[in-house]
Amino acid sequence: MFVNKLLAGAAFICAAMPLAANAQMSGDTVKIGLITDMSGMYADADGPGGAEAIRMAIEDFGGTVNGKKIEFVVADHQNKADIGAARVREWIDRDGVDMVLAGPNSSVGLAVAKIAADRKKPFFAIGSTSSRLTNEECTPFTIHYAYDTVSLSKGIGSAIVSDGGKKWFFLTADYVFGTSIEKDTRAVVTEKGGTVVGSIKHPLGASDFSSFLLQAQGSGADTLALANAGADTINSIKAADEFGVTQGGMRLVAMNMYLTDVHALGLPVAKGLYMTDGWYWDLNDETRTWGKRYFAKMNKMPTLLHAADYSAVGTYLNAVKATGTDDGEKVVAQMKAMPINDMFAKGGTIRPDGRMIHDMYLMQVKTPEESKYPWDYFKLVKVIPGEEAATTKAESRCAAWTGATQ
Amino acid sequence: MANVAIVASPEKSIAMRGDVKSLHRAIFIAIAAILIVAPFVLYPVFLMKVLCFALFALAFNLLLGYGGLLSFGHAAFFGMAGYAAAHAAKVWGLTPELSILFGMLVGAGLGLAVGALAIRRQGIYFSMITLALAQMVFFFCLQASFTGGEDGIQGVPRGNLFGLVSLADDRVMYMFVSVVFLAALALIYRIIHSPFGQALKAIRDNEPRAISLGFRAAQYKLATFVLSASLAGLAGGMKALVFQLASLTDVHWSMSGEVVLMTLVGGMGTVFGPIVGALVMVAMQNYLAQFGAWVTIIQGVVFVVCVLVFREGIVGLIAKVIRRPL
Repeated sequence: MFVNKLLAGAAFICAAMPLAANAQMSGDTVKIGLITDMSGMYADADGPGGAEAIRMAIEDFGGTVNGKKIEFVVADHQNKADIGAARVREWIDRDGVDMVLAGPNSSVGLAVAKIAADRKKPFFAIGSTSSRLTNEECTPFTIHYAYDTVSLSKGIGSAIVSDGGKKWFFLTADYVFGTSIEKDTRAVVTEKGGTVVGSIKHPLGASDFSSFLLQAQGSGADTLALANAGADTINSIKAADEFGVTQGGMRLVAMNMYLTDVHALGLPVAKGLYMTDGWYWDLNDETRTWGKRYFAKMNKMPTLLHAADYSAVGTYLNAVKATGTDDGEKVVAQMKAMPINDMFAKGGTIRPDGRMIHDMYLMQVKTPEESKYPWDYFKLVKVIPGEEAATTKAESRCAAWTGATQ
Repeated sequence: MANVAIVASPEKSIAMRGDVKSLHRAIFIAIAAILIVAPFVLYPVFLMKVLCFALFALAFNLLLGYGGLLSFGHAAFFGMAGYAAAHAAKVWGLTPELSILFGMLVGAGLGLAVGALAIRRQGIYFSMITLALAQMVFFFCLQASFTGGEDGIQGVPRGNLFGLVSLADDRVMYMFVSVVFLAALALIYRIIHSPFGQALKAIRDNEPRAISLGFRAAQYKLATFVLSASLAGLAGGMKALVFQLASLTDVHWSMSGEVVLMTLVGGMGTVFGPIVGALVMVAMQNYLAQFGAWVTIIQGVVFVVCVLVFREGIVGLIAKVIRRPL
């Protein structure tokens, strides 16, 4: 009886076969996919806000390009590379997605870059910071749009040293991101004439920074660089505030922080902090207009990732319109040929190695007294020109660009 | 200190009743049939993920349901084998079956090392030792250069099976994974329903009595641990080749927690339960991904419901209703 039921079930599935044909590549729509962290540590920096920014971009473009409707799908990679990779594979192979954007988390970004390149679809790495995307793992279809570890280290390193911060101490998280940022920044600092007085590594996810900060304060450095990210940065800033690091005269430099992190910390704790950002809502009239539009929908001001999402989709759609097709190779070639002038970047270009060159900004967090209205957090210290904040061709490890044989 | 005591319905005799055997045979054939038609209905990569996790859960259930040993660190074997297979395929250029075999051996070796230490204690202390050693493996993977830290090993080539058949096509890879899965399922079934399996169940139910009967409990437990770890390694190695990457997620403690949940939801102590548990978990992760922050909430609610309503797990409940062991 039971066996009969099982066989009947199996027969039913066989009969259902012809009804479930594989989804064909739809040539009638331009489909965009965003895979990002919707529920974890980086959900505020990108997450649902990024999805909203992309919807704004599609709406501003008119909803159709060359007569084809623009569709948008979004999914949460939950900070797991295999979930992200499986979802993007399915999107491209079965659902006819033509272009993918990925939010924070470099392991997902690297996996998706490979998948997109194999299937010849443009891929925008918006939140991943790993510079490997445009060096060792560079592909003709990867576009590293917002920023990477090189722009963070080069930008802030040279800007702070020329601003007077000559003696550096590093508080580094003991994992690849932390050690590579420290290494890159060290090189820039010593090249520009500064000295690294000392450094100390803390375990990833450490909760108690007291011993590390005491060492930093006793080192005689005038600049304390936090080579960590996410929760580690926030916790070390809180601890630094408790220990009076900035009151003691040291500059506090965060290597990777978002506007939303400053909002979470609050100005009394974060005041005086230096950081590089790729975009800020209060820079000029264009950014302010867009920022306020975003605020109306999300009730928070956008970070550079949200702005980059918006700009990347706009750039992509412009390229599709210009070439008249959504064929990956042609669109990427078009994007690398045209300059990008929108509220995110003025005179931005996409280099052959996939890196989008645009200006970075050295910011300092305002004190509560200096802040005049909600979300008025940063004052612009210095503009760092795009080319200065990126890997040069001589330093590049992207074989396709340098022409070196690997 | 007694091991985790599981009250399972006692078999009537050492040899199974004929109808139970034919039921299991029919289920096995049904699973094979479903695996043949499934790729035409569902996405092959999703199915391969289900199969890899189902194998992982089956291996874990061998230790938990039949050995009575709750290990909180099984992700160490799963993930480490994944790294080993990925490294073998990418850097050494081995063919896929050799890479997976290498991963399996690494899982077995690690299982031997961890098991030899953990077996000396029982109950909660055993679990804590496995957790602690698994955390050490995690931090080793975080720091070691060959694992690539938090970037993981990316771009692992699938290669040519036996040097002949290219596995790049998802359909072909799916066939390979299904065959390996069915073979492993048959192996686990054979282990459970064998004199070794019977002795293991005796040790699980009452260790002092088993020892007094002359069974060397420590050896049985260690052997089961190593078997479980190697099959978990097999699953991990296959998964690394399916997704063509090995990342820290696979050695993280939350992966150990996931496999415990898969086994519990499916039915601890049943043969086919973990397969259902893995299917439920992976399907939730996959199909709920577009709900953003709701994913974790929905997963939590499902687990609470399962623990409250299906104490014996889904398959355990079915087994209770039809009054046959599954």
